[in-house]
Amino acid sequence: MSLVSVRDVHKYFGDLHVLKGIDLDVKAGEVVSIIGRSGSGKSTLLRCMNGLESYDQGAIILDGMEVSTDEFQVRKLSQSVGMVFQSFNLFPHLTVGENIMLAPTLIKKTNKAEAKKLAQEVLEKVGLGDKFGQYPEKLSGGQQQRVAIARSLAMKPKVLLCDEITSALDPELVGDVLKVLEQLAAEGMTLILVTHEMNFARDVGDRVVFMHQGKVHETGDAKTVLADPQTPELRQFIGAVL
Amino acid sequence: MGYELNFGALLEYQDVLLSGLWMTVKLTVVSTLLGIMLGILGAAARRHRNPFLRHGSKAYVELIRNTPFIVQLFFIFFGLPAIGIKMTEVEAGILALVINLGAYLTEIIRAGIDNTPKGQIEAARTLGLSSRQIFIRIILPPAFQRVYSSVVSQCIIVMLGSAVVSQISVQELTFAANFIQSRNFLSFESYLVAALLYLLLAFLMRLIFNLIGSRAFSREEKQS
Repeated sequence: MSLVSVRDVHKYFGDLHVLKGIDLDVKAGEVVSIIGRSGSGKSTLLRCMNGLESYDQGAIILDGMEVSTDEFQVRKLSQSVGMVFQSFNLFPHLTVGENIMLAPTLIKKTNKAEAKKLAQEVLEKVGLGDKFGQYPEKLSGGQQQRVAIARSLAMKPKVLLCDEITSALDPELVGDVLKVLEQLAAEGMTLILVTHEMNFARDVGDRVVFMHQGKVHETGDAKTVLADPQTPELRQFIGAVL
Repeated sequence: MGYELNFGALLEYQDVLLSGLWMTVKLTVVSTLLGIMLGILGAAARRHRNPFLRHGSKAYVELIRNTPFIVQLFFIFFGLPAIGIKMTEVEAGILALVINLGAYLTEIIRAGIDNTPKGQIEAARTLGLSSRQIFIRIILPPAFQRVYSSVVSQCIIVMLGSAVVSQISVQELTFAANFIQSRNFLSFESYLVAALLYLLLAFLMRLIFNLIGSRAFSREEKQS
Protein backbone atom coordinates (compact mmCIF):
# COMPACT_ATOMS: atom_id res chain seq x y z
CA MET A 1 0.00 0.00 0.00
CA SER A 2 1.27 3.45 -0.78
CA LEU A 3 2.03 6.00 1.90
CA VAL A 4 0.87 8.84 -0.32
CA SER A 5 -1.79 8.39 -2.93
CA VAL A 6 -2.87 11.19 -5.26
CA ARG A 7 -5.93 10.43 -7.40
CA ASP A 8 -7.07 12.60 -10.28
CA VAL A 9 -6.38 15.87 -8.47
CA HIS A 10 -7.46 19.11 -10.11
CA LYS A 11 -6.72 22.56 -8.83
CA TYR A 12 -7.71 26.00 -10.07
CA PHE A 13 -6.34 29.42 -9.13
CA GLY A 14 -9.30 31.43 -10.32
CA ASP A 15 -9.55 30.68 -14.03
CA LEU A 16 -6.12 29.13 -14.14
CA HIS A 17 -6.22 25.33 -14.23
CA VAL A 18 -2.91 24.53 -12.49
CA LEU A 19 -3.32 20.82 -11.77
CA LYS A 20 -5.12 18.86 -14.45
CA GLY A 21 -5.75 15.41 -13.08
CA ILE A 22 -2.67 14.29 -11.19
CA ASP A 23 -2.19 10.64 -10.23
CA LEU A 24 0.79 9.72 -8.11
CA ASP A 25 1.63 6.98 -5.62
CA VAL A 26 4.57 7.06 -3.27
CA LYS A 27 5.55 4.01 -1.24
CA ALA A 28 7.20 4.15 2.17
CA GLY A 29 10.95 4.60 1.82
CA GLU A 30 10.79 5.97 -1.70
CA VAL A 31 12.61 9.11 -2.80
CA VAL A 32 10.59 10.88 -5.47
CA SER A 33 11.80 13.98 -7.27
CA ILE A 34 9.25 16.22 -8.92
CA ILE A 35 10.84 18.27 -11.68
CA GLY A 36 9.55 20.67 -14.28
CA ARG A 37 9.55 24.28 -15.38
CA SER A 38 8.32 26.99 -13.04
CA GLY A 39 4.58 27.25 -13.39
CA SER A 40 4.18 23.57 -14.18
CA GLY A 41 2.32 23.03 -10.88
CA LYS A 42 4.95 21.06 -9.00
CA SER A 43 5.05 23.21 -5.87
CA THR A 44 1.27 23.45 -5.84
CA LEU A 45 1.04 19.67 -5.96
CA LEU A 46 3.44 19.35 -3.04
CA ARG A 47 1.52 21.95 -1.02
CA CYS A 48 -1.72 20.07 -1.67
CA MET A 49 -0.21 16.97 -0.07
CA ASN A 50 -0.16 18.41 3.46
CA GLY A 51 -3.16 20.70 3.29
CA LEU A 52 -1.37 24.02 2.79
CA GLU A 53 -3.25 24.34 -0.48
CA SER A 54 -6.74 23.12 -1.25
CA TYR A 55 -7.66 21.12 -4.36
CA ASP A 56 -10.91 21.25 -6.24
CA GLN A 57 -11.38 17.70 -7.39
CA GLY A 58 -9.95 14.24 -6.75
CA ALA A 59 -8.45 12.84 -3.58
CA ILE A 60 -5.17 12.76 -1.72
CA ILE A 61 -4.69 10.10 0.94
CA LEU A 62 -1.63 10.35 3.14
CA ASP A 63 -0.86 7.66 5.70
CA GLY A 64 -4.51 6.61 5.57
CA MET A 65 -5.84 10.14 6.14
CA GLU A 66 -7.73 12.24 3.65
CA VAL A 67 -5.83 15.49 3.07
CA SER A 68 -7.77 18.74 3.38
CA THR A 69 -7.10 22.33 4.46
CA ASP A 70 -9.37 22.02 7.49
CA GLU A 71 -7.33 23.08 10.55
CA PHE A 72 -8.14 19.97 12.54
CA GLN A 73 -7.16 17.73 9.62
CA VAL A 74 -3.94 19.66 8.96
CA ARG A 75 -2.96 19.21 12.59
CA LYS A 76 -3.65 15.49 12.40
CA LEU A 77 -1.66 15.23 9.19
CA SER A 78 1.28 17.05 10.76
CA GLN A 79 1.97 13.91 12.80
CA SER A 80 2.78 12.04 9.58
CA VAL A 81 4.13 14.60 7.17
CA GLY A 82 6.84 17.22 7.58
CA MET A 83 7.72 20.02 5.21
CA VAL A 84 10.83 22.04 4.48
CA PHE A 85 10.53 25.29 2.52
CA GLN A 86 12.68 27.22 0.11
CA SER A 87 12.85 30.18 2.50
CA PHE A 88 13.72 28.13 5.64
CA ASN A 89 10.99 29.82 7.71
CA LEU A 90 12.72 29.46 11.03
CA PHE A 91 11.08 31.44 13.83
CA PRO A 92 13.44 34.42 14.30
CA HIS A 93 12.62 35.08 17.95
CA LEU A 94 13.43 31.54 19.06
CA THR A 95 16.84 29.92 19.34
CA VAL A 96 17.71 26.95 17.17
CA GLY A 97 16.91 24.63 20.08
CA GLU A 98 13.60 26.37 20.81
CA ASN A 99 12.62 26.22 17.14
CA ILE A 100 13.04 22.46 17.24
CA MET A 101 11.50 21.85 20.67
CA LEU A 102 8.39 23.97 20.01
CA ALA A 103 6.24 21.43 18.17
CA PRO A 104 7.20 18.34 20.20
CA THR A 105 6.41 20.11 23.49
CA LEU A 106 3.22 21.84 22.26
CA ILE A 107 1.77 19.13 20.07
CA LYS A 108 3.13 15.86 21.38
CA LYS A 109 3.37 17.08 24.99
CA THR A 110 6.91 15.79 25.21
CA ASN A 111 8.42 16.98 28.50
CA LYS A 112 11.12 19.60 28.31
CA ALA A 113 14.10 17.42 29.19
CA GLU A 114 13.12 14.84 26.63
CA ALA A 115 12.42 17.47 23.96
CA LYS A 116 15.83 18.93 24.60
CA LYS A 117 17.47 15.55 24.16
CA LEU A 118 15.51 15.00 20.97
CA ALA A 119 16.46 18.45 19.64
CA GLN A 120 20.12 17.81 20.36
CA GLU A 121 19.84 14.46 18.59
CA VAL A 122 18.34 15.84 15.38
CA LEU A 123 20.80 18.74 15.42
CA GLU A 124 23.72 16.30 15.59
CA LYS A 125 22.16 14.46 12.69
CA VAL A 126 22.28 17.55 10.47
CA GLY A 127 25.76 18.40 11.72
CA LEU A 128 24.85 21.43 13.85
CA GLY A 129 25.12 20.05 17.36
CA ASP A 130 26.91 23.20 18.55
CA LYS A 131 24.20 25.64 17.46
CA PHE A 132 21.52 24.80 20.02
CA GLY A 133 21.50 28.18 21.80
CA GLN A 134 22.09 30.31 18.72
CA TYR A 135 19.48 32.50 17.04
CA PRO A 136 18.70 31.78 13.36
CA GLU A 137 19.94 35.19 12.16
CA LYS A 138 23.45 34.21 13.22
CA LEU A 139 23.47 31.17 10.91
CA SER A 140 24.25 30.88 7.21
CA GLY A 141 21.46 29.97 4.80
CA GLY A 142 22.68 26.40 4.55
CA GLN A 143 22.78 26.06 8.32
CA GLN A 144 19.31 27.56 8.66
CA GLN A 145 17.97 25.09 6.14
CA ARG A 146 19.53 22.19 8.01
CA VAL A 147 17.92 23.45 11.22
CA ALA A 148 14.60 23.55 9.36
CA ILE A 149 15.11 19.92 8.37
CA ALA A 150 15.99 19.03 11.97
CA ARG A 151 12.86 20.83 13.17
CA SER A 152 10.74 18.68 10.87
CA LEU A 153 12.53 15.50 11.87
CA ALA A 154 11.85 16.15 15.55
CA MET A 155 8.18 15.41 14.83
CA LYS A 156 9.20 12.03 13.44
CA PRO A 157 7.27 12.31 10.19
CA LYS A 158 6.76 9.34 7.89
CA VAL A 159 7.24 11.48 4.83
CA LEU A 160 9.18 14.70 4.35
CA LEU A 161 8.11 17.16 1.66
CA CYS A 162 10.89 19.41 0.38
CA ASP A 163 9.90 22.44 -1.67
CA GLU A 164 12.97 23.62 -3.63
CA ILE A 165 14.94 23.63 -0.43
CA THR A 166 18.28 24.44 -2.03
CA SER A 167 17.07 27.12 -4.45
CA ALA A 168 17.67 30.05 -2.09
CA LEU A 169 21.16 28.93 -1.13
CA ASP A 170 24.54 30.06 -2.35
CA PRO A 171 25.98 27.29 -4.52
CA GLU A 172 28.72 26.38 -2.06
CA LEU A 173 26.12 25.71 0.68
CA VAL A 174 23.90 23.42 -1.38
CA GLY A 175 26.11 20.37 -0.87
CA ASP A 176 25.72 20.27 2.93
CA VAL A 177 21.95 20.31 2.66
CA LEU A 178 21.88 17.62 -0.02
CA LYS A 179 24.19 15.48 2.08
CA VAL A 180 21.64 15.54 4.90
CA LEU A 181 18.89 14.49 2.50
CA GLU A 182 21.05 11.72 1.15
CA GLN A 183 21.63 10.42 4.65
CA LEU A 184 17.90 10.53 5.37
CA ALA A 185 17.20 8.64 2.18
CA ALA A 186 19.74 6.01 3.16
CA GLU A 187 17.99 5.60 6.52
CA GLY A 188 14.74 4.86 4.71
CA MET A 189 12.92 8.18 5.08
CA THR A 190 10.25 8.77 2.45
CA LEU A 191 11.11 11.97 0.58
CA ILE A 192 9.10 13.88 -1.97
CA LEU A 193 11.12 16.75 -3.37
CA VAL A 194 10.42 19.52 -5.78
CA THR A 195 13.90 20.17 -7.03
CA HIS A 196 16.18 21.51 -9.72
CA GLU A 197 19.09 19.36 -8.55
CA MET A 198 19.19 16.87 -11.41
CA ASN A 199 22.30 15.11 -10.14
CA PHE A 200 20.67 14.54 -6.79
CA ALA A 201 17.45 13.32 -8.45
CA ARG A 202 19.45 10.83 -10.50
CA ASP A 203 21.93 9.62 -7.88
CA VAL A 204 19.78 9.56 -4.74
CA GLY A 205 16.22 9.57 -6.04
CA ASP A 206 14.30 6.41 -6.87
CA ARG A 207 11.81 7.99 -9.17
CA VAL A 208 11.39 11.14 -11.19
CA VAL A 209 8.08 12.81 -11.94
CA PHE A 210 8.28 15.35 -14.74
CA MET A 211 5.42 17.82 -14.64
CA HIS A 212 4.42 19.86 -17.64
CA GLN A 213 1.44 22.23 -17.92
CA GLY A 214 -0.31 20.84 -14.86
CA LYS A 215 0.05 17.17 -15.73
CA VAL A 216 2.47 14.35 -15.01
CA HIS A 217 4.08 14.31 -18.42
CA GLU A 218 6.61 11.58 -17.91
CA THR A 219 7.60 9.46 -14.92
CA GLY A 220 9.67 6.43 -14.08
CA ASP A 221 12.90 5.17 -12.57
CA ALA A 222 15.15 8.17 -11.95
CA LYS A 223 18.24 6.95 -13.75
CA THR A 224 16.35 5.66 -16.78
CA VAL A 225 14.12 8.67 -17.23
CA LEU A 226 16.91 11.20 -16.90
CA ALA A 227 19.33 9.25 -19.12
CA ASP A 228 16.78 8.47 -21.78
CA PRO A 229 13.80 10.83 -21.76
CA GLN A 230 10.95 9.69 -23.99
CA THR A 231 9.16 12.97 -24.63
CA PRO A 232 10.56 16.03 -26.42
CA GLU A 233 9.40 18.27 -23.51
CA LEU A 234 11.48 16.40 -20.94
CA ARG A 235 14.42 16.19 -23.34
CA GLN A 236 14.25 19.94 -23.80
CA PHE A 237 13.90 20.54 -20.04
CA ILE A 238 16.90 18.38 -19.19
CA GLY A 239 18.89 20.10 -21.90
CA ALA A 240 18.03 23.47 -20.38
CA VAL A 241 18.91 22.69 -16.77
CA LEU A 242 22.00 20.52 -17.15
CA MET B 1 9.09 95.73 35.97
CA GLY B 2 9.77 92.05 35.63
CA TYR B 3 8.04 89.09 37.21
CA GLU B 4 9.78 87.73 40.27
CA LEU B 5 9.93 83.96 40.42
CA ASN B 6 8.94 82.39 43.68
CA PHE B 7 9.46 78.64 43.67
CA GLY B 8 9.96 78.62 47.43
CA ALA B 9 6.25 79.25 47.92
CA LEU B 10 5.53 75.89 46.26
CA LEU B 11 7.33 74.03 49.01
CA GLU B 12 4.41 74.34 51.35
CA TYR B 13 2.38 72.40 48.79
CA GLN B 14 4.92 69.68 48.14
CA ASP B 15 2.67 67.00 49.63
CA VAL B 16 -0.11 67.91 47.21
CA LEU B 17 2.34 67.84 44.33
CA LEU B 18 3.85 64.50 45.33
CA SER B 19 0.52 62.82 45.86
CA GLY B 20 -0.59 64.14 42.44
CA LEU B 21 2.58 62.78 40.89
CA TRP B 22 2.01 59.43 42.58
CA MET B 23 -1.56 59.28 41.23
CA THR B 24 -0.27 60.01 37.70
CA VAL B 25 2.23 57.18 38.06
CA LYS B 26 -0.49 54.80 39.22
CA LEU B 27 -2.85 55.82 36.41
CA THR B 28 -0.05 55.34 33.89
CA VAL B 29 1.09 51.93 35.11
CA VAL B 30 -2.40 50.47 35.27
CA SER B 31 -3.61 51.93 31.99
CA THR B 32 -0.39 50.97 30.17
CA LEU B 33 -0.59 47.33 31.30
CA LEU B 34 -4.30 46.97 30.60
CA GLY B 35 -4.06 49.02 27.40
CA ILE B 36 -1.35 46.74 25.99
CA MET B 37 -3.48 43.70 26.77
CA LEU B 38 -6.48 45.30 25.12
CA GLY B 39 -4.37 46.26 22.11
CA ILE B 40 -3.19 42.67 21.69
CA LEU B 41 -6.74 41.35 21.99
CA GLY B 42 -7.95 43.99 19.52
CA ALA B 43 -5.25 43.04 17.04
CA ALA B 44 -6.06 39.35 17.49
CA ALA B 45 -9.74 40.09 16.87
CA ARG B 46 -8.81 41.88 13.65
CA ARG B 47 -7.56 38.60 12.16
CA HIS B 48 -10.13 36.31 13.75
CA ARG B 49 -12.27 34.16 11.50
CA ASN B 50 -15.42 35.43 13.22
CA PRO B 51 -16.56 38.48 11.19
CA PHE B 52 -18.29 40.08 14.22
CA LEU B 53 -14.99 40.20 16.10
CA ARG B 54 -13.16 41.50 13.02
CA HIS B 55 -15.60 44.29 12.28
CA GLY B 56 -16.18 45.01 15.97
CA SER B 57 -12.48 45.60 16.49
CA LYS B 58 -12.30 47.83 13.45
CA ALA B 59 -15.32 49.88 14.56
CA TYR B 60 -13.82 50.27 18.04
CA VAL B 61 -10.55 51.60 16.65
CA GLU B 62 -12.29 54.05 14.31
CA LEU B 63 -14.64 55.26 17.04
CA ILE B 64 -11.87 56.02 19.50
CA ARG B 65 -9.38 57.45 17.01
CA ASN B 66 -11.90 59.85 15.57
CA THR B 67 -13.34 61.36 18.75
CA PRO B 68 -11.68 63.64 21.34
CA PHE B 69 -10.33 61.96 24.45
CA ILE B 70 -12.05 64.43 26.72
CA VAL B 71 -15.41 63.57 25.18
CA GLN B 72 -14.73 59.87 25.71
CA LEU B 73 -13.85 60.62 29.32
CA PHE B 74 -16.94 62.76 29.94
CA PHE B 75 -19.14 60.17 28.27
CA ILE B 76 -17.86 57.48 30.63
CA PHE B 77 -17.98 59.58 33.79
CA PHE B 78 -21.04 61.77 33.19
CA GLY B 79 -22.90 59.89 30.45
CA LEU B 80 -22.85 56.27 31.60
CA PRO B 81 -24.49 56.92 35.00
CA ALA B 82 -27.63 57.82 33.03
CA ILE B 83 -27.94 54.16 32.10
CA GLY B 84 -27.00 52.98 35.55
CA ILE B 85 -23.25 52.49 35.14
CA LYS B 86 -21.59 54.46 37.91
CA MET B 87 -17.97 54.54 38.93
CA THR B 88 -15.51 56.65 40.88
CA GLU B 89 -13.44 59.35 39.16
CA VAL B 90 -10.34 57.20 39.28
CA GLU B 91 -12.13 54.18 37.83
CA ALA B 92 -13.63 56.28 35.05
CA GLY B 93 -10.26 57.90 34.37
CA ILE B 94 -8.50 54.54 34.10
CA LEU B 95 -11.25 53.08 31.95
CA ALA B 96 -11.08 56.00 29.52
CA LEU B 97 -7.27 55.80 29.33
CA VAL B 98 -7.32 52.03 28.78
CA ILE B 99 -9.96 52.22 26.06
CA ASN B 100 -8.10 55.03 24.35
CA LEU B 101 -4.68 53.39 24.50
CA GLY B 102 -6.14 50.02 23.52
CA ALA B 103 -7.52 51.43 20.28
CA TYR B 104 -4.26 53.02 19.17
CA LEU B 105 -2.27 49.93 20.17
CA THR B 106 -4.68 47.67 18.28
CA GLU B 107 -3.78 49.57 15.14
CA ILE B 108 -0.04 49.64 15.89
CA ILE B 109 0.19 45.95 16.76
CA ARG B 110 -1.94 45.00 13.78
CA ALA B 111 0.56 46.74 11.52
CA GLY B 112 3.34 44.64 13.06
CA ILE B 113 1.31 41.48 12.58
CA ASP B 114 0.60 42.27 8.94
CA ASN B 115 4.32 42.13 8.27
CA THR B 116 4.68 38.53 9.43
CA PRO B 117 6.23 36.48 6.63
CA LYS B 118 3.56 34.09 5.35
CA GLY B 119 6.08 31.26 5.26
CA GLN B 120 6.50 31.30 9.03
CA ILE B 121 2.79 30.79 9.51
CA GLU B 122 2.84 27.95 6.97
CA ALA B 123 5.81 26.36 8.71
CA ALA B 124 3.96 26.53 12.02
CA ARG B 125 0.81 25.01 10.49
CA THR B 126 2.90 22.25 8.98
CA LEU B 127 4.33 21.51 12.42
CA GLY B 128 0.79 21.07 13.71
CA LEU B 129 0.25 24.26 15.72
CA SER B 130 -3.31 25.52 16.14
CA SER B 131 -4.35 29.01 15.04
CA ARG B 132 -4.20 30.23 18.62
CA GLN B 133 -0.78 28.73 19.24
CA ILE B 134 0.45 30.26 16.00
CA PHE B 135 -0.81 33.70 17.03
CA ILE B 136 0.65 33.59 20.52
CA ARG B 137 3.92 31.80 19.82
CA ILE B 138 4.83 32.66 16.24
CA ILE B 139 3.11 35.85 15.11
CA LEU B 140 2.84 38.02 18.20
CA PRO B 141 6.38 38.10 19.68
CA PRO B 142 8.21 39.27 16.52
CA ALA B 143 5.30 41.55 15.59
CA PHE B 144 5.41 43.20 18.99
CA GLN B 145 9.15 43.61 18.66
CA ARG B 146 8.78 45.21 15.22
CA VAL B 147 6.45 47.91 16.54
CA TYR B 148 7.86 48.18 20.05
CA SER B 149 9.12 51.75 19.69
CA SER B 150 5.69 52.89 18.45
CA VAL B 151 4.05 51.09 21.36
CA VAL B 152 6.37 52.87 23.79
CA SER B 153 5.63 56.27 22.24
CA GLN B 154 1.90 55.63 22.42
CA CYS B 155 2.11 54.65 26.08
CA ILE B 156 3.99 57.89 26.80
CA ILE B 157 1.35 59.86 24.92
CA VAL B 158 -1.27 58.29 27.17
CA MET B 159 0.75 59.13 30.29
CA LEU B 160 0.79 62.78 29.14
CA GLY B 161 -2.87 62.53 28.16
CA SER B 162 -3.73 61.41 31.68
CA ALA B 163 -3.55 65.13 32.55
CA VAL B 164 -7.02 65.40 31.03
CA VAL B 165 -8.59 63.24 33.74
CA SER B 166 -8.03 66.16 36.12
CA GLN B 167 -11.19 67.46 34.46
CA ILE B 168 -13.27 64.90 36.33
CA SER B 169 -11.41 65.69 39.58
CA VAL B 170 -8.98 62.82 39.62
CA GLN B 171 -6.28 64.21 41.90
CA GLU B 172 -3.28 63.65 39.71
CA LEU B 173 -0.38 65.92 38.82
CA THR B 174 -2.25 68.48 36.70
CA PHE B 175 -5.04 68.61 39.26
CA ALA B 176 -2.41 69.34 41.90
CA ALA B 177 -0.88 72.13 39.82
CA ASN B 178 -4.33 73.64 39.25
CA PHE B 179 -5.06 73.44 42.94
CA ILE B 180 -1.79 75.07 43.99
CA GLN B 181 -1.99 77.97 41.58
CA SER B 182 -5.58 78.63 42.56
CA ARG B 183 -4.36 79.05 46.14
CA ASN B 184 -1.19 81.07 45.68
CA PHE B 185 -1.67 82.48 42.17
CA LEU B 186 1.81 81.31 41.16
CA SER B 187 0.64 79.92 37.81
CA PHE B 188 4.01 80.23 36.14
CA GLU B 189 5.84 78.28 38.82
CA SER B 190 3.11 75.70 39.40
CA TYR B 191 2.71 74.71 35.77
CA LEU B 192 6.42 74.87 35.09
CA VAL B 193 7.10 72.42 37.91
CA ALA B 194 4.28 70.18 36.68
CA ALA B 195 5.70 70.27 33.16
CA LEU B 196 9.15 69.31 34.41
CA LEU B 197 7.71 66.42 36.38
CA TYR B 198 5.88 65.15 33.26
CA LEU B 199 9.14 65.46 31.34
CA LEU B 200 10.91 63.43 34.01
CA LEU B 201 8.18 60.78 33.94
CA ALA B 202 8.34 60.51 30.15
CA PHE B 203 12.10 60.14 30.33
CA LEU B 204 11.88 57.45 33.01
CA MET B 205 9.18 55.59 31.11
CA ARG B 206 11.28 55.45 27.98
CA LEU B 207 14.25 54.26 30.02
CA ILE B 208 12.26 51.47 31.66
CA PHE B 209 10.68 50.37 28.38
CA ASN B 210 14.09 50.31 26.70
CA LEU B 211 15.52 48.18 29.49
CA ILE B 212 12.62 45.74 29.23
CA GLY B 213 12.91 45.72 25.44
CA SER B 214 16.63 45.04 25.34
CA ARG B 215 16.20 42.13 27.72
CA ALA B 216 13.13 40.67 26.05
CA PHE B 217 14.34 41.03 22.49
CA SER B 218 17.96 40.05 22.95
CA ARG B 219 19.31 37.78 20.22
CA GLU B 220 22.47 36.88 22.08
CA GLU B 221 23.34 33.21 22.15
CA LYS B 222 21.59 31.44 25.01
CA GLN B 223 23.40 29.01 27.24
CA SER B 224 21.27 25.92 27.50
